[in-house]
Amino acid sequence: MTDAVQYLERDGLQDLIQGLQKAGYHCVGPQIRDGAIVYDSISHVDQLPRGYSDHQSPGQYRLQQDDNPRCFAWANGPQAIKPYVFAAEETLWRSLRDTAGELQFTEHVVDVGPLAIIGVRACDLAALYLQDKHFLHAEPRDPGYLARRQQLLLVAVNCTHPAATCFCASTGDGPRATYGYDIVLSELDAGYLIEGRSQQGLTLLAGLPTRPATQGQLEQGDEESHQAVAQQTRRLPGHNLKQALFANLNHARWEEVAKRCLSCGNCTAVCPTCFCHAEQDRPALDGTSSDHVRQWDSCFTQGHSYIHGFTLRANTAQRYRQWLTHKLGSWHDQYGRSGCVGCGRCISWCPVGIDLTEEAAAICGDGEP
Amino acid sequence: MTNPYLPYEAEVIERIQESPTLFTLRLRFTDPSVHDAYRFAPGQFNMLYLYGVGEVPISIVSDPIDEQILDHTIRSVGRVTRGLSDLQAGDRIGVRGPYGRGWPLTVAEQRDVVVVTGGLGCAPVVSVINYIMRRRERFGTVNIVQGVKHADDFIWRERYEQWQQAPDTKVLIAADLGMPLWPWHVGHVTDLFDELQFDRERVIVMMCGPEGMMRVVVNHMQAQGVGDDDLWLSMERNMQCAVGHCGHCQYGDKFICKDGPVFCYRDIRNLFGVKGF
Repeated sequence: MTDAVQYLERDGLQDLIQGLQKAGYHCVGPQIRDGAIVYDSISHVDQLPRGYSDHQSPGQYRLQQDDNPRCFAWANGPQAIKPYVFAAEETLWRSLRDTAGELQFTEHVVDVGPLAIIGVRACDLAALYLQDKHFLHAEPRDPGYLARRQQLLLVAVNCTHPAATCFCASTGDGPRATYGYDIVLSELDAGYLIEGRSQQGLTLLAGLPTRPATQGQLEQGDEESHQAVAQQTRRLPGHNLKQALFANLNHARWEEVAKRCLSCGNCTAVCPTCFCHAEQDRPALDGTSSDHVRQWDSCFTQGHSYIHGFTLRANTAQRYRQWLTHKLGSWHDQYGRSGCVGCGRCISWCPVGIDLTEEAAAICGDGEP
Repeated sequence: MTNPYLPYEAEVIERIQESPTLFTLRLRFTDPSVHDAYRFAPGQFNMLYLYGVGEVPISIVSDPIDEQILDHTIRSVGRVTRGLSDLQAGDRIGVRGPYGRGWPLTVAEQRDVVVVTGGLGCAPVVSVINYIMRRRERFGTVNIVQGVKHADDFIWRERYEQWQQAPDTKVLIAADLGMPLWPWHVGHVTDLFDELQFDRERVIVMMCGPEGMMRVVVNHMQAQGVGDDDLWLSMERNMQCAVGHCGHCQYGDKFICKDGPVFCYRDIRNLFGVKGF
């Protein structure tokens, strides 16, 4: 039976990686780089951050290693899985110019092979759902995003070690993965609970040395999820804050937060749902071609609101307000839910430790309509 | 699937200097099948691409039934538009479009029409005025109001003079700063509002130009008893992709490039005029 929850010994994860590789997938998983957890190419379980935990607080991210046997005893790193679908930089098309000045435009086809990401968090699956809505569920669809998205297989790992900055329980997006994955794992001290969801996931699972999970193992998994909810101290009101935010466009807090905010854009760079990007041309030195490239952009930059000679959002208060009213307000009308999935990255990676949940509470109260 | 970002090559058929800073590029797609298949509605815009420099959103001035040439009137103000202003007949650029929602022409039929524009705001509505003039019998009284800062900025004088000859049509022009022999009003365009002729029960107002000017028009029309459903505005923001992906033209829950640029006032009244959005 592959549809019941199975148990996989810790070393069995290597069989999963090999099974994925055999099925043609390039595997990516969490690893340590520059003192943070990042996703990178992986071929062996030894590359996983075994024994590491992360300590996050406003403006702070530190890893610590101890004799913990687990590989997923951390919340998240700065990088979600966003770069694997919405690339940080991508060529959209190229123009070729001949000596007569005639132009020819050629499409840039994103040609990536099948990719499996191991260790995806529930918050990032929720973010992926939102990015799908933005790039794929409205006409026209984004060809680069589509090409990457179609090749993706996701192995989720339920989060058991939320950071102090996490609030996915209040946004309804975690800590357990409930949709959007192919396979989901719950890490226990000696191995994993494992479940398939998609046909591909179930097929892969059938090739692994699993056995049915015991009642005790299942209870342990559930208990750890409950604890992961209980540990979360930050929260956003679960209901739509749009009205409360737009009723408070002149709230004194916008100016107050602007005194602390550096307008650096770190929050938007680590946010798994932010989709803004800028386009620019990169002409070749020989003058015969030019690439039209897009790059992640941020509503905190001066150029973001530039229009024929002036900057619409000239000050930081206006930029912070644009970000928050969009993320927590307008997203509801555009995509049917809030643009925040409770990952807490914008809090940890803000150089001055601005806390989105605190700002939202100061501006909206509890936001009850 | 076709790539929504890919431009098509177009040739500059003619370049017209309209004023010291305004110029018009008359364009034709070099691939006849692309040119033949191209359709647009008044109020929509194209992305014009200058080789090696970048793209800009520019509204289409031509009449939709003119199958020959696509006109774009541009103010030379930034990196791309300054480069575009150096082009001559025969030069090639990239064009993709049309994008956005245009003016509510079917809604406007059988009704009195007031068109108010400021500065180069006239460009996005010239095609709608042409559209109305060619089907004059389908519309009630038509008022065309154009305000400019300096009399020098007033372009297409002949068109306005021609429109003035049409039956039941009023043309009102104002310049903040006049010049010798300036035959129209010197002062604000709002000074002329008392001369407008329309039935507030059946009027539709279309406006384009600086938001401060449109705010004044909205206030005036509301004071006259015109409903928010009958006020239509063309909005502008930074646009890079033109298909609702890049996020720059975000306006509350709207993307100006896709949900607009023409909006019914009712749909944007909560945010309209709020600084920073």
